[in-house]
Amino acid sequence: MSKPWRGVLYAVLLIAALYYLLPLYVMLSTSLKTMDEIRAGNLLSLPGAISFDAWHKAWGTACTGIECSGLSGYFWNSVRMVIPAVLISTALGALNGYVLSKWRFRGSELAFAMLLFGLYIPFQVLLLPMAQTLGWFGLARSMAGLVFVHVVCGIAGTTLFFRNFYVGIPDELIKAARLDGAGFWRIFLRIVLPMSLPILMVTLIWQFTQIWNDFLFGLVFSSGESQPITVGLNNLANTSTSVKEYNVNMAAALIAALPTIAVYVLAGKYFVRGLAAGAVKG
Amino acid sequence: MASVTLKNIKKNYTKDVTVIKGVNLDIQDGEFVVFVGPSGCGKSTMLRMIAGLEDITDGELYIGDTLANDVHASKRGIAMVFQSYALYPHMTVAQNMGFALKLAGTPKAEIDERVNKAADILQITHLLERKPKALSGGQRQRVAIGRAIVREPKVFLFDEPLSNLDASLRLNMRVELSKLHQDLKTTMIYVTHDQVEAMTLADRIVVFNAGIIQQVGTPLEMYENPSNLFVAGFLGSPKMNLLEAQLVGVEQGAAVMRLPKGITVRSAVDASRGKVGDKVTLGIRPEHIQLADPQDANGIPARVDLIEHLGDIVLAYIEIPGINEIICIKLPGHMTGLKYGDSVRIAFPEKNVLLFDAEGLAFKRTI
Repeated sequence: MSKPWRGVLYAVLLIAALYYLLPLYVMLSTSLKTMDEIRAGNLLSLPGAISFDAWHKAWGTACTGIECSGLSGYFWNSVRMVIPAVLISTALGALNGYVLSKWRFRGSELAFAMLLFGLYIPFQVLLLPMAQTLGWFGLARSMAGLVFVHVVCGIAGTTLFFRNFYVGIPDELIKAARLDGAGFWRIFLRIVLPMSLPILMVTLIWQFTQIWNDFLFGLVFSSGESQPITVGLNNLANTSTSVKEYNVNMAAALIAALPTIAVYVLAGKYFVRGLAAGAVKG
Repeated sequence: MASVTLKNIKKNYTKDVTVIKGVNLDIQDGEFVVFVGPSGCGKSTMLRMIAGLEDITDGELYIGDTLANDVHASKRGIAMVFQSYALYPHMTVAQNMGFALKLAGTPKAEIDERVNKAADILQITHLLERKPKALSGGQRQRVAIGRAIVREPKVFLFDEPLSNLDASLRLNMRVELSKLHQDLKTTMIYVTHDQVEAMTLADRIVVFNAGIIQQVGTPLEMYENPSNLFVAGFLGSPKMNLLEAQLVGVEQGAAVMRLPKGITVRSAVDASRGKVGDKVTLGIRPEHIQLADPQDANGIPARVDLIEHLGDIVLAYIEIPGINEIICIKLPGHMTGLKYGDSVRIAFPEKNVLLFDAEGLAFKRTI
């Protein structure tokens, strides 16, 4: 490619990057401004004096409805929900994928097809039957109930990830392990799982993002003490006082988004690596 | 060490799909037996049934004196080497080789000792701490064999172990496998579709086709006296020339056949169960066909179609007018004078001509 064209290419890429970074910049700079500055100033200007007041308020004292204790409670709710939900759904996906690819049984392909069907059902359709089910189990409006919902809805995706990854592991490896005296669980734990790091990272990141960012189930299937941060953020932004505190709203939104951003920054390379795994013979 | 006995073994996948149709075979203690046949003939399935990786639908499998049909794969005292090596990618070579012992609860010191001993035999001691990823194909193959040796099995099973190696490495490994067998003196069962591997490695060859054993015997016996057309065509490279003919005379210890265009050929076989007028197939190996003197009236006139110079030998493909099959002749390497289009005369020596009846079964040779 000739030099001028390369320059044009980089310019286009740079503009695209700026375009996508702009909202983040506005959120960050607004969250560090005082309300006076926001009223006086320009949306894109840098904050004059950096102030973390809005962050403190969003975390500890902002009103979400009648409660005025910020997002901290919601944040820890989300943490308590996301850890078991991600771990359980990923573990079940890995196990399902292992069985559906390496221990095929009569009808296993059908079982897999039916599991995949779960990917195409809009979650809104599930709300009523799921509420009914949670009621039967006595899990309604509880943290455990919310975890249960996320696990059930996540299995289709995690199974697909793991099953497709495991199809690429040669069957002869499993046979060799059987001859070496390993059974179902030992093959899974000692052979298959240690080989699954790329897909494990992809699934963990994927599930974490999905579950952390979920609003629908959090809104419908949780109440006061168990509501996740997405619901808290919504409440905070919609609680009408005399003035709209944009800086607090922005800080709150950033608090809600930080964990997923952190996960992508820390583990992003595994994500790309994992998605590309198997694309080229290693 | 143990013998392996197959008694009327059958394998069905579903009711209609039968891949092994009743196999009977006695494999002696310490014998190197090669299962050979085209792909899909059931040889690999048979091996996996012996290994315990496939259920046996019907029949009895004895390893030593024990009925092994329902013995778990890891308890049969066998070890298997796979075509793809099947090394555990996240373990080092030493861990790969010791995995079975570790699972069996063998003390660490004994595992190390046995792994080192096997590594010594295969000269891979310097590779023990590497991961399979960092090994070449030949080294991986050695590790796979080492993993089998470490278990000190009664029977070694090899499933096309050399198919993924390049030609020169394959040759080396073939020689090493032969040596290994001489050293260990353990029963070995080896599956391949390569008839050269079969001829060179085997004490006895078992030729499979379509789920049944075609013939069992020592390599030379099979080469000299194939019991049917399939075995005749399968063993030997280039293939045996097979020509359709008609039986025109049955004599004491010999038969006379007529090829199209009135060419007659004699064969030293006992054709007394055939009768004049039967359709038969005549077989002669490329190295047995002789070039006759151009003036010899008994020579069959033919024309050269193609010449291949392989250095040590010359392969000549010739056409006899009126006969559809192209005939291959193997000649000494110094015979470089032949070229495309040359007219030659060839002779089929009576003692080298084999004869098969309409069902493809061989007539017994009288020499």
